[in-house]
Order: sequence, then C-alpha cells, then structure tokens
Amino acid sequence: MSGAISGYAPNAPHAERSEKFLANEERSKRHDDALWFVRTKRDRATGLVVEWEELRRQASRIKAHTVSHLDEMLVRFEASCRANGVTVHWAADAEEHNRIVHGILAKHGAKNIVKSKSMLTEECGLNPYLHERGMEVVDTDLGEYIVQLRKEPPSHIVLPAIHTTREDIGDLFHKHLGTPEGNADPEFLTRAARAELRRRFIEADAGITGVNFAVSETGGIVVCTNEGNADLGMLLPKVHIACMGVEKLIPTLEDLAVFTRLLTRAATGQHITTYTSVIHKPRPGAEMHVVIVDNGRSVMLGRDEFRESLNCIRCGACMNTCPVFRRTGGHSYGSVIPGPIGSVLSPSLDLKKHASLPFASTLCGSCTDVCPVKIPLHEQLLAWRKFAAKHGGVSVGKRFGMNAAAAVFLRPALWRFAGRLGAAVGSRFPSLFNHRFNPWTRGRAMPSIPAKGFRELYRERARRDRQPPAE
Amino acid sequence: MRVGLFIPCYMDRLYPRAAMATLELLEKLGCEVVFPEDQTCCGQPMANSGLTASAAGVAEHHARVFAEFDYVVCPSGSCTSMIRNHSKSLAPANPAADAVRARTFELCEFLHDVLKVRSLDAACPRKVGLHRACHGLRELRLGPDSERGHVKRPAKAELLLGMVKGLELVELDRPDECCGFGGAFSVGEATLSVRMGRDRCADHLRHGAEVIVSWDMSCLMHMEGILRHDGSSVRVAHIAEILNGDLA
Repeated sequence: MSGAISGYAPNAPHAERSEKFLANEERSKRHDDALWFVRTKRDRATGLVVEWEELRRQASRIKAHTVSHLDEMLVRFEASCRANGVTVHWAADAEEHNRIVHGILAKHGAKNIVKSKSMLTEECGLNPYLHERGMEVVDTDLGEYIVQLRKEPPSHIVLPAIHTTREDIGDLFHKHLGTPEGNADPEFLTRAARAELRRRFIEADAGITGVNFAVSETGGIVVCTNEGNADLGMLLPKVHIACMGVEKLIPTLEDLAVFTRLLTRAATGQHITTYTSVIHKPRPGAEMHVVIVDNGRSVMLGRDEFRESLNCIRCGACMNTCPVFRRTGGHSYGSVIPGPIGSVLSPSLDLKKHASLPFASTLCGSCTDVCPVKIPLHEQLLAWRKFAAKHGGVSVGKRFGMNAAAAVFLRPALWRFAGRLGAAVGSRFPSLFNHRFNPWTRGRAMPSIPAKGFRELYRERARRDRQPPAE
Repeated sequence: MRVGLFIPCYMDRLYPRAAMATLELLEKLGCEVVFPEDQTCCGQPMANSGLTASAAGVAEHHARVFAEFDYVVCPSGSCTSMIRNHSKSLAPANPAADAVRARTFELCEFLHDVLKVRSLDAACPRKVGLHRACHGLRELRLGPDSERGHVKRPAKAELLLGMVKGLELVELDRPDECCGFGGAFSVGEATLSVRMGRDRCADHLRHGAEVIVSWDMSCLMHMEGILRHDGSSVRVAHIAEILNGDLA
C-alpha cells in the first residue's frame, strides 16, 4: 500500500504494528484516555511545586556532572559497596550480565526466584536465560506479573499492563490462578494475585531487583515501588541481586532528594512512591550483590548528540504524554523501552531493527517539555533521523523524492514553473490526486488546488498598482 | 521598516488567501512589505527526513534570498522555527545566515513583540477554536504549554484574537495536543495521523467551534481534510485571515 504518487513507503514496521492497535478503535481510545488521565494527574502534581522548572534544571546538571565523571564515580561506588559488605560485578553486555546473575544463583542452588520490576533485566533477556537453565523467575510487580502470565513484554516501563483491560485480566487469572470465571473486579483480582505472590515470596531462594538510583558516595541503592514487592524480594530470601545500568549513578544522598521529588510526580502524579527504600548492606546471614551493566551505554556516552539520553530516570512521563504512544500502545515500538525515550535509546542497540522509531513521531516536542531531567527528546529523535539517513535507514523512494524536491527548491525559476503547472493541472483535474493509492486520502480530503498561487496574485496586484486605475 | 515576506511553499500554492491576508495585514500596520520571488522553501521537509545535505542547500538559498531585509516575517510557526532553531546545525557557521535567522519572526510574535500591536480594526462574530500548533508553541514559545503549567500568561495569538470584535474563543479539553500532521509523518503513518487529527477536530467540535484557527496552515490543511472528509461544516482559517478581518 505504498504511496505510488507521493513516493513514500509507509513508515514500516512501526506503522504496520500501529495499524493493528488502531484497528480496535475502542481499545486505542481507552488506552489514550487512561494515559492522558495520568498525564493530567502529573500536571496537577507538578503544578503544586513552584520550583518545578528549577528542579528539572538541577537534576539535569547533576546528571551532566555525573555522566562526565562516570569513571571516578563508578569506582567510588564500588569501593563504598565493598566497604558495606556488598559484592560488585561488572558486565560489559547483556550476555555477561545474564551469566553473572546465573552464576550467583547457581552457586546457591536457587530454583525459585522473585524479581521486582527492572527494565534492565528485560533489556538483557534475563528471564528466558534463567528459564532455559531450569530456574523459575516470577515477576512480582502486579503489572509485570500480568504480562508475564500473558507471555508478552511490558508495553510501558511504569505501567507494564496498561494495554490490557480488567476483563482480560479476569480471564487470565481465571486460567492461571483459578479465580471465578467472569469476575473482573480489580480489588478482587489484586487480592488473588497478592495471595499467590505472597506464597512465592516465602518460598523464594533469591530476589532480583532493579535499581532506581545508586549513590556513589555511600554505596546505597534506591528502589522505588508502590507495591512493596521489591522490599519483600530484597529482605525475605537469603540472596539479593540488584541489577543496574551505569547511568543509575548519582553522587550523594543529597542529590537523591532532587530526584525523588521529580520521579513520581512525573511518572504517576503521586508526590512520592509508597515505598522508597535505600539499601546499603545485606542483613546478617544474607548476601547482597550489585551487577553494574554497560550494554551500549558507553557508546551513547561517546556521542555528543545523544549523551543526555543517559539522564533518563525511567519515569515514563514521555510515554504518557506522547500522542503517538497513547494511541498505538507500547508494543507498536517493538523495543524493550517504548515511547520517545525508547525511540532514542533503541537505535543505538540495533539501528537496522529500530530505524523506523525516530520517524514514529510528529516532533511535537511534548516529551521534551515533560521530561523531568530535561532530555531534549524530540531533538534527539531528529538527530537519529540524520544518523539513520546516513546509514541507509531512509527508503530509496523517500530519499529520491526529497532530494528531487530540494533540487527544485534550489532553482527558483523551475519552482515557479512547477508551481504554475501543478496549479493548472491540479485545479482542472483534482481527481488526479484523489485515489486510493495516495495515503493522504485515507480519511482525509485532498486540499483543493487554486488556479493561481499567492505569487501569481502578488504579481497581478503589483501590475495593477503600476497602472492607473480604470475609469 | 522593510519586511521580507516569507510564504511557506505549500501555502503559496494551496492557501493563497491566507498568504494575501498576511501581506495586507502587515501593510495595514504600516510595514513596507516585499515578497522576494526567488524564495522557495525553508528546507524543513528534507531536514526532518534526516537528509542534511539537501536541507542545508535549501536553507542557504533561503538565507540568501532574504539577506537584504530589516525583518523577515513568516505566517508559520513551524517554518520560522526551522529557520531560527534548526537550520544552523545543518551547515558550517555562516554569519550572514545567522543575521537573517535573528531577524526572522513568526507573524504573531512579530505583531505582538516587534510592532507591539495593541488594537486591531477587525471583526469576526464567531466561536473560534485556537489550535496551538506544536513548533510555534514549544519551539518558539508563542504561548505557555500545558507541560510547563507554572507559566501563566496567554498565548500571543490569544491576545491578538482578543482584539477582534465579536470573536469568542472556546475552551478545549486538551488545549495543546498535537493534531498528527507531522509533515512526512502524515503519509508515512497515515492511519495514526488521521486518528490524531480526528481526535483534535472532535475536541473543537465538542466545544462548539465554528472556525478552527492556527498560526500554522499545515496543521489546518490536515484538519480541514478530515473535516471535509467527514462532511463537517466547520471551517479552518489562518490567524492572519481573522486578524485581517476576512471573516467579518
């Protein structure tokens, strides 16, 4: 269905996946409304903080400082962890991360593992890796638990199951947890999940968590949840493994105060998460490990135009505000992290696979203004478009069409001629452009083409002005 | 004051009335306005497709054509932002082009900030919905956006529309959501683009707008296409047409 006249191929594969989500109009609208509601809540919460913009600037400065001193701060963090009795591991990529985590678990003979939300372990594909090696991992965040039972990835980094309905979950729990068929009461279903997850926590041999912030100075890791599941996972089993990307680092506990004020207001419009836990050392008789992962982050660090993407604190505000994300859902991106920040981060991992993502945006800039750490997201999307075009990520048809247009724009006489020709033909035969192969006309009328453009009217007016008015 | 009038390429061919309204309005307000006939395009379509070299050539041509004016005025937030915010990064430093950039204004900001227009002789006795087109709003800051809710001041366009007799602005549920045009996006992701546009139109219709007005004709072209496809009687108009009294 590519536009033969316009020369554009649809923005596959994002466009193709979007079509599927949009086909169910009611679901797409519900998804849009649900996330707009979160965005509105965020507006109210941030509106109460008069110094919101100053906080954003501070956070951005702290991150810029941290990222430019990352080597020193990481070494300091490692030393602080060691002093606290925490074992630190370094992983260059996803494979090494998985190997390390598996090694720790295998050493303890762990079979049952509880995990709380961690986008990093999603990025590394830890669950299937451990599953293949005979270990059972249960995601204990309610949304994550739902998508795990559905055997699909999260569609949003903070609201992993936002693409589902309560009826979907009622059916799912009926199948997996034996809840009564047709019961879709959210509180009832949540209690059912809670009972099952409590059993899993008590039986767990090890707990894996993500990290929201890692404090270089003290070696503390900070985990923010609304359900308290991370706390159970950290404190009940004998082994706790915390997995973090290098960009989670902040210098001091004082800096943490800036970020905790921003994170949840931006994410969900709450003033703070229900649980904000700072963990420094294992409890007596237990073990604590921190796995620090690069997996492409140092490449981003080395690229001037994309460095600020390492500021990201994974609040998901850019997803809630993005008019594309709200209507097409997280799975349309086909990347672990979806939405505007996902479209900035994913191409660095696999440009070929994710080349359509920087184009899956109108560049409206809402993400840039909503971002609590001031990542210029839409400008980075534009920068990726340039990068993609240089590396073959723009279709031959589009490249040809655009370069041909540019060639005309450099020749004013040719442009004037083309304009007059287009007007003469288009005003007489409008049906030339009104056909089903023109993607514009899917749901839209073509603009009518006037016989005279502005420049012709301007010339006529100038000519009239030079002549004496007719009697 | 000699003003170079920059009319976006698609507006020249498809919306000559809106362009003429811009010219007449500026002349009424005492400007000497010239439309240099060698102008073509700002280069944004190529730049947003990632084709830097092509975009740079077109942007340079634009800067050469407009080198001689005290001001360059453009009835488009998006094209103005291209010139002021994005064209610089396409090519090596060029002081002459920088000078043109610094003198380039979107129509509403030129009226409000440079000419300091505080009253207008125009009427439009209708209910009007203002589409706060994204690039003007978030890249030129023609008004506060809902993401930065602490900024409490009206958009420049609102102040100007407030000077038009009989005009009533309607409130919207989502005052500044994108309409989904997005240039090449409108055909590359056509289904999504139309869904976004239809949602935006519905907000205006729900609140009784008879005319949807904006500082960007490209968004209006997209929304007009949807309104006409759906058989709506609501029309679109560039803000210049309203301020020039064309809808009296």
